Amino acid sequence: MSLRVFIPRDSGALAVGADEVAAALLEHAHARDLPVDLVRPGSRGLYWLEPMLEVDTPEGRVAYGPVTPADVPALLDAILSDGTHPLKQGLTEQIPWLKRQTRLTFARCGIVDPRSIDDYRAHGGYRGLERALKMSSDAIIDDVVKSGLRGRGGAGFPTGTKWRTVAQAGRGQKYICCNADEGDSGTFADRMLMEGDPFMIIEGMTIAGIAVGATKGYIYIRSEYPHAVEAMNAAIEAARRTGYLGEHICHSTDSFDIEVRVGAGAYICGEETSMLESLEGKRGTVRAKPPLPAHKGLFGRPTVINNVLTFSAVPYILDGGAQAYADCGMGKSRGTKPIQLGGNVKHGGLFEVAFGITLGELVDEIGGGTLSGRPVRAVQVGGPLGAYFPRALFDTPFDYEAFAARSGMVGHGGVVVFDDTVDMAKQARFAMEFCAHESCGKCTPCRIGSTRGAETVDKIITGDRPAANIAVLEDLCNTMKFGSLCALGGLTPIPVLSALTHFPEDFGLAPRRLQAAE
Amino acid sequence: MQYEPWEPARASEIIAGLTHKEGATLLMLQALQEAFGYVPQGAEPMIAQALNLSRAEVHGVLTFYPDFRRAPPGRHVLKLCRAEACQAAGGDALAAHVETRLGVTFGATTADGAVTLEPAYCLGLCATAPSAMINERVVGRLDAGKLDALLAEAQR
Repeated sequence: MSLRVFIPRDSGALAVGADEVAAALLEHAHARDLPVDLVRPGSRGLYWLEPMLEVDTPEGRVAYGPVTPADVPALLDAILSDGTHPLKQGLTEQIPWLKRQTRLTFARCGIVDPRSIDDYRAHGGYRGLERALKMSSDAIIDDVVKSGLRGRGGAGFPTGTKWRTVAQAGRGQKYICCNADEGDSGTFADRMLMEGDPFMIIEGMTIAGIAVGATKGYIYIRSEYPHAVEAMNAAIEAARRTGYLGEHICHSTDSFDIEVRVGAGAYICGEETSMLESLEGKRGTVRAKPPLPAHKGLFGRPTVINNVLTFSAVPYILDGGAQAYADCGMGKSRGTKPIQLGGNVKHGGLFEVAFGITLGELVDEIGGGTLSGRPVRAVQVGGPLGAYFPRALFDTPFDYEAFAARSGMVGHGGVVVFDDTVDMAKQARFAMEFCAHESCGKCTPCRIGSTRGAETVDKIITGDRPAANIAVLEDLCNTMKFGSLCALGGLTPIPVLSALTHFPEDFGLAPRRLQAAE
Repeated sequence: MQYEPWEPARASEIIAGLTHKEGATLLMLQALQEAFGYVPQGAEPMIAQALNLSRAEVHGVLTFYPDFRRAPPGRHVLKLCRAEACQAAGGDALAAHVETRLGVTFGATTADGAVTLEPAYCLGLCATAPSAMINERVVGRLDAGKLDALLAEAQR
């Protein structure tokens, strides 16, 4: 009997030595004449335990982590004798961190072999597409509408409504574009899915294609993710080989194919219209809306643009889960949200849960506080354009509206934890500097405002007429907020103003007491 | 990383292989950089002609995207993440350390041509911050010691 072992190929695991552990395992197993069936799945998202090694047992998979190559001999002894080992975490599914989650989108991530379409199908994959192929376009879109699915890229626009617009936009060439330009600091859910469950993204895009009448899809992946590019390309080829992509999908009358396009280091290309420009081979400058991409998108044709997580939610919904999906969540935020905990955090990783969990539960209970062991002082939620929240706002529930009500945003679900050594004036300056660095230059408030913003924060920091300069900064933020064409210039004021509002002492101002509840 | 020396005939061949693609400018620039390590000035009119664009348009695209280089890089490219999650985990100190250690600022190549130092704004390794990518190898939970070992390897 061979030993079935799982060691992730996810780049988060590779970054901490998963390949070295895999090599050591094969070497030691070979020396013992022990046959090993090594599978390289994605990550379960428990990154503080990476590289995590799992062994198949009759009771289920047993996890060990974080493993170093030096641990491997003793680990093999423990595995073969079913003995104890300091790195043994027990049954993976029973690890409390994982058990507390509601995994819909990430149900297969870390479990299946991302290179195997058979494994994907054995775990329920392609059931959504098979059902969609028997449905009318309207019925598919109805299901997506009924599920309440909102775009997971950050803006939260209702997905079904977007699809319906494209479906009704006449005949002729239409496109499906998957936005995989996950540029926000603190976010890695898209990367994990592309590396860990790529067929699900392909299936979601294919269903979208059938629903709106598009035969061609592009997935735009940022160049910072070479492993994701490789995994997606391999999966697309496998899907083509087995008739899940290309002409007459699964012997039906529908045809659909996908091409991977790689970005070139510009953050702005995560903005949907910049992404379209980039896909067209141009500078990634923002387009004014209207016209909406649903009417005039890629190459001027009607285009569905959704994020990786949005397309990934679709197979589950089509597989008869529209109501089940809608039953999760709170208010107008339905379904689950994969939250990514990063930065200075003890237990960092991906935590998928129904909307409604509070920020404090996430940071203190799930995340276990800081890795440095110092007190948590600030948490940035929603990427570089998200607000910095102090402890006083830790009762905020994860919900688009609740965050918006406190001048923050859920965005793509990134939560970056900072300890008490953080200088919030410096973080505010960085937000402006980042905007200046990444601005596409098309609109003046963003292009010039961000540079002036960084200069103004500098003046405040050095104590140069702080009151007058804070007034200038606030005015500048307002101009950017209301005068910018897209979210980069429009949202950069969020981190800046939140730092100023919640951490005035870092700007040389008197501290303010903040009421926790509103 | 090993690159081919610049050769216009080879560049023409690469460009010709991509003209059938929709919106091919970035694809061509990427393929050229993959072959030669950078996009030489001489490639700009070639792409322009193949795609019926003005040379200025190609130049505009080339200079818009941070990934494209107009001069050859060092033998190794170290991208250190400068974004918030890595900042929270000590990334700024690490950035200062690497600049001192290499004697160059971000965007420059060491005098011996061994390492080009570039900033990255998020590698998606935020739960194992601070992180970096050397060539296409990802590294997480970085500290000064681990970084020095990587650089010593690159500079050999």
